[in-house]
Amino acid sequence: MSSKDDILKSVRNQIVPAADLPSLDQDWIHYGDAVAHFGDVLQAVGGTAVVVEGVDGLSAELAKIPVYTEGRKTVSCIDGLMGTVDLDRVEDPHELEDVDFAVLPGEFAVAENGAVWVTDAKIRHRVVLFIPQHIALVIPCPSGNVEEAIVNNMAEAYHRLSWQSNDFGCFVSGPSKTADIEQSLVIGAHGARSLHVFLLLP
Amino acid sequence: MSAVKSYDHPTNADRFNKDQSRTHWHDSALWFIREKRDRMANSLPEWETLRACASQIKSHTVSKLADYLEEFERNATARGATVHWAKDAEEHNRIVLEILQKHQAKRIVKSKSMLTEECHLNPWLEKHGIEVVDTDLGERIVQLRQEPPSHIVMPAIHLKKEDVSNTFHEHLQTEEGNCDPNYLTESARQHLRQKFVQADVGITGVNFAIAETGGFVVCTNEGNADLGVSLPKVHIACMGIEKLIPKVDHLSIFLRLLARSATGQPITTYSSHFHGPVEGGELHIVLVDNGRSKLMDSDDFRNSLKCIRCGACMNTCPVYRRSGGHSYAATVPGPIGSILNPLRDAKHHKSLPFACTLCGSCSDVCPVKINLHEQLLTLRSEVNRQKQLPVSKTMPMKIASWVFQRPKLYAWLGGIGKFFLRTMPRFLIYNGLNPWGRNREMPESPPESFRKQYAQRKKSQKSER
Repeated sequence: MSSKDDILKSVRNQIVPAADLPSLDQDWIHYGDAVAHFGDVLQAVGGTAVVVEGVDGLSAELAKIPVYTEGRKTVSCIDGLMGTVDLDRVEDPHELEDVDFAVLPGEFAVAENGAVWVTDAKIRHRVVLFIPQHIALVIPCPSGNVEEAIVNNMAEAYHRLSWQSNDFGCFVSGPSKTADIEQSLVIGAHGARSLHVFLLLP
Repeated sequence: MSAVKSYDHPTNADRFNKDQSRTHWHDSALWFIREKRDRMANSLPEWETLRACASQIKSHTVSKLADYLEEFERNATARGATVHWAKDAEEHNRIVLEILQKHQAKRIVKSKSMLTEECHLNPWLEKHGIEVVDTDLGERIVQLRQEPPSHIVMPAIHLKKEDVSNTFHEHLQTEEGNCDPNYLTESARQHLRQKFVQADVGITGVNFAIAETGGFVVCTNEGNADLGVSLPKVHIACMGIEKLIPKVDHLSIFLRLLARSATGQPITTYSSHFHGPVEGGELHIVLVDNGRSKLMDSDDFRNSLKCIRCGACMNTCPVYRRSGGHSYAATVPGPIGSILNPLRDAKHHKSLPFACTLCGSCSDVCPVKINLHEQLLTLRSEVNRQKQLPVSKTMPMKIASWVFQRPKLYAWLGGIGKFFLRTMPRFLIYNGLNPWGRNREMPESPPESFRKQYAQRKKSQKSER
């Protein structure tokens, strides 16, 4: 008998009373101004959020960030914005070890916890979400309405997601951090040292 | 320095309390996190609804666990992952080693996984010539010090920055005496980057596995799990069978509770959803029982399988805060550990159900509503039933029970007790025969017993009438 059969048999042999699943359709929190709340929470976890108009607006905002302008090796997965490395030409993700700044697409944001949903659907190497020194996430708002890019809570967030493909997906809330040394918060543990979120209007 | 010298919680707690100022520091550091958790919980009006939902989802999952495990395997396999089944720690370790040997892997990076701690994976792999680097900063610190973690979420919570500075000076050649957490964290970042880049295989734990999609979620603040598995081609994820949830939408409940309960954050920095291997790579998922299925049919202890390992019960526990994680001599310390460990090994961990004041604070903060303090009380009688209680505990109970059944004798002894408490010299009251009085003052003895006061009151009421 295989271990699988053993374990399943052992699990099935136990007498466990039946229990129904709860309804997830509950009165979850809504914010009067979800956009502002998202910005506040993101700031509290060490990130920043800015609304920009078009790629020109994005470039102008990025130009204000010293670590972007001083970055020697940069990656961009945003149409119309150039990086110094073409991700699609990189065969071995280890080559991305020294990326200074990456500008990457985010799909939408969550007001309650300042998180942005990102996937590797359009990113060849998912390590580029984690290995660069600094990260900017750009959330498109094609209708020109920022509210559409921000959901109130995680229940709404999961309503927007689908799982047909094998894409890697991640809620990213602020820069990488740790408080493992005497509970002192330090930004920039292993991943990004800073996280800028841009809500991109057409 | 860390080898378990004793399984006896009071003995270990005593050692921890030798340094009073450090004990106070530890106590307040954890209470600070508890307060952060409270602020987060209070910021959501639906907090109690979330807890109730989470608890119910876990009850349901355990009631159909075999079906969900099969569903998970089917879906994970369809996405290209390989699912392995391990009955116990030994089989788990063997499976992981086989995968590593197949890929001739010599250097491994591992993110935090309490399961691999439970299975003692690291020493097993090291014995076979494989370097395993724990990449969570706290875990790396205790790994360099050859200590076990003292907390499941904050493995180095027992250490001061001076300790970390010394450890890093010795192992990472940092400046002697530089205790700045920014400097120390930066040094660890540089050191661990090398390890990430050199790694042949990445190992992670699993926070939640989803039957419906065959995927799983790993939560970190540092991004170490993600870095560890995005460079190598092989990812091994190790999980206990109780980590399963039925549907992906259920994550909306658990991810809202986990970080708020654990560290008082609205969510961890990275909540990564893995579905299938990277292009051209391999994803192995190891499902481990290791005694979990045996807890399922116990009405008393089944609930402990709901645990999502947030550590909130530790942060709030007055005993944990004042005795430190190592005093539990177990992978999972604190209230939940005091249940799980004796259930697995009552002989060694028999003192843990008594490392508890029954205050119930753990049950109040548990995000999945485990009735921790009730289970701890039940466990005490279980330890007694297994004849694992020392005479120093059973004998006084027997005597007390005998006296309580004889009211007249009890009243007489009460009078004697009061007399002695008032008149005896200190050394006759506070000595080895009175362990209760070792760190405490005995209550002041009242001039008259309650019994006497009550009788007098009755008498005076009667005469008034």
